Amino acid sequence: MSLLTIAWRNFCHRPLSSLLTTLSLALGVGLVVLVLSIFGIVNEAFTRNATFGYNLVVGPKGSALQLTLNSVFYLSQPIENLPYSQYMEMFPQADRQAMVDQFGGDPELGKRDGKYAAFVSGGYAIPLALGDYYGTFRVVGTTTDFFEKLRHGPELDQPFEFEDGEAFQADSEANGYFEAVLGSRVAAEMEVGVGDLLYPTHGDPEGKGHEEAFMITGVLAPTGTPNDRAAFVNLEGFYLMEGHAKPVDESERFDPVGEADKSSDDGTADGEGNRRLLSIPEREVTSVLVRTGNMMFAPGMQNMINESLEAQAAAPVGEIYKLMDAIVGPVMQALLGITLITCFVAAVGILVAIYNSMNDRRRDIAVMRALGARRETVTAIIVFESFLVAVIGGVLGWILAHAAIVLYSGKIEDQTGISVNFFTVSSHEIYILPVVLGLALLAALLPAWSAYRTDVGSNLSA
Amino acid sequence: MNKEQSRNDPLLAATDIIKSFDQPADQSGGKDGRLTVLDLPRFSIANGEQVALIGQSGGGKTTLLHLFAGLLVPDSGTINIAGIELSRLSEQGRDRFRAGNIGYVFQTFNLLPAFTAIENVKLGMSFGQGNVDAGRAAELLDRVGLAERANYRPGQLSVGQQQRVAIARSLAGRPKLLLADEPTANVDPTSAETVLDLIRSSCRDEGISLLLVTHDMNVAQRFDRVDELDTINRALSAHSKQAI
Repeated sequence: MSLLTIAWRNFCHRPLSSLLTTLSLALGVGLVVLVLSIFGIVNEAFTRNATFGYNLVVGPKGSALQLTLNSVFYLSQPIENLPYSQYMEMFPQADRQAMVDQFGGDPELGKRDGKYAAFVSGGYAIPLALGDYYGTFRVVGTTTDFFEKLRHGPELDQPFEFEDGEAFQADSEANGYFEAVLGSRVAAEMEVGVGDLLYPTHGDPEGKGHEEAFMITGVLAPTGTPNDRAAFVNLEGFYLMEGHAKPVDESERFDPVGEADKSSDDGTADGEGNRRLLSIPEREVTSVLVRTGNMMFAPGMQNMINESLEAQAAAPVGEIYKLMDAIVGPVMQALLGITLITCFVAAVGILVAIYNSMNDRRRDIAVMRALGARRETVTAIIVFESFLVAVIGGVLGWILAHAAIVLYSGKIEDQTGISVNFFTVSSHEIYILPVVLGLALLAALLPAWSAYRTDVGSNLSA
Repeated sequence: MNKEQSRNDPLLAATDIIKSFDQPADQSGGKDGRLTVLDLPRFSIANGEQVALIGQSGGGKTTLLHLFAGLLVPDSGTINIAGIELSRLSEQGRDRFRAGNIGYVFQTFNLLPAFTAIENVKLGMSFGQGNVDAGRAAELLDRVGLAERANYRPGQLSVGQQQRVAIARSLAGRPKLLLADEPTANVDPTSAETVLDLIRSSCRDEGISLLLVTHDMNVAQRFDRVDELDTINRALSAHSKQAI
């Protein structure tokens, strides 16, 4: 009969004690696996969604992490706004002239290339304007480029697809600049769809409702990215909402070329569906998503922008890694530490359970010794018993944790886009069994030593 | 049989065995603090011989068995079993020797409660050199009349049945010497007869030498050779003189 079989029989002989000890270890291991899995999911969710093809986020001076969080993940509050002229610095002279002509602005802006145009040439610069909400979801003012040029998915090769409808138009015949596209979760939770009207609130979810409404033209298919939780509106419509125009002096006001006759006194609208667009000085963007023409240009452009007085550029992936290292990582490590303590307590439970049983088993050990078992043999049997608790508890804990993850896999996928199944393991999980076996070995040392020292003669005679 | 042992040599030969234990301070009378329980000038058992050793309670019978089993080592003297001098073996060597050469039947059976009857018998083979022979385990249980109780745990067996399982276990490793420590003391008279017959017939059938210690003269009288420990143990004589 193998020593493992003997250990198993001893394990089964005290079912309640063995069950409770194993269960406590299983719970400890389960917690560790859960923390590791959650860390893995959070890590992947952040790093995978840190970019949609762009390599820089340009915004006003301030925290680069905050800029990344509010521009990429629609979290935290925007820092401030960036003058539209800074956005124009991404474009060559011809495009800038076209903007001056279309919106009205300092004619000098159209006479030169943007400072960063050479970096962006061949790439793109997509403006974002944040600040309003739809329910609890962020309203993002942007251009049609957002849906045409950005990509998502693990390989960043999947274009945005529409579950229903289509992207808003730059200037539609039916709704002018007031069209919107909803992320999948926004549509589901707000219970609206194509053809419904979207009324943003100003400043925060409880803020004053705007009078202007956006016609919903499309609902994005789920992407598992923060874009599922955003309502996208036409940037021009966003500008035209009450309170969104930057106040300017009379000296800074410019009319678009050939549009001077159309401007009304209030400077924003001249009739239903035929409003005057904001001039360049009145415009601001929260940030600009930039893909440089060549990836190698990014550091140069980032340096140049960061050395300027007006703006900063952040590499979102780098910022997210910094966030993970600085905050999420330590928090997870603290949680991991706490759960490891749980495992340690469970290991102490093993020690107590086996050690307490030693008094009842000294005669059994003495009998085995009388049958020819060596001291090392009875010691090994005790260690194997502890290992059995460790292996059964460890595997049970792993199964429980992964079952829990599977139970919530739908929700996890909805919220993070991370698809998990029962066998989705984090790289650190391979260390669990060795650690648990190590703890079991430590827990077995004292009772094993007691078994080793058991006096045969006195215990057989007792 | 060991190569060094000739056919006519005894299986067990013990010479000038002295064994003492630490004595509690209140009982040592201010002496050296050790109590000599065995002082045995000479003792031997021939191959296949069956010996009953009688003696009073506390007379050192169990200590003598533990010495012959290699569970204890004498303070001085030699014990040679099957050509092996036990005092020359390390503790591990004695364990190995015991597993391959000694069978042990206890007064209180000492079956392991976590194991079934057949598993207890297999345990008797688990610590030796050879593999566990499931067929022999079943055959031994059959020989002691408990084939149908093979999967019963000790708690489900009567005391007589438990002792029969213990006998089967002691024979499992094909020992050369079977040491039986008051094997009938805890069973009823009818079961005692059965147990005794089983032990003797099994030893006879398998050519195993038997040393059975008892304080029961009715049991001892069944043996051709009966030694009185009180007579051959000089330590007891010394104690008696001290007492007088």
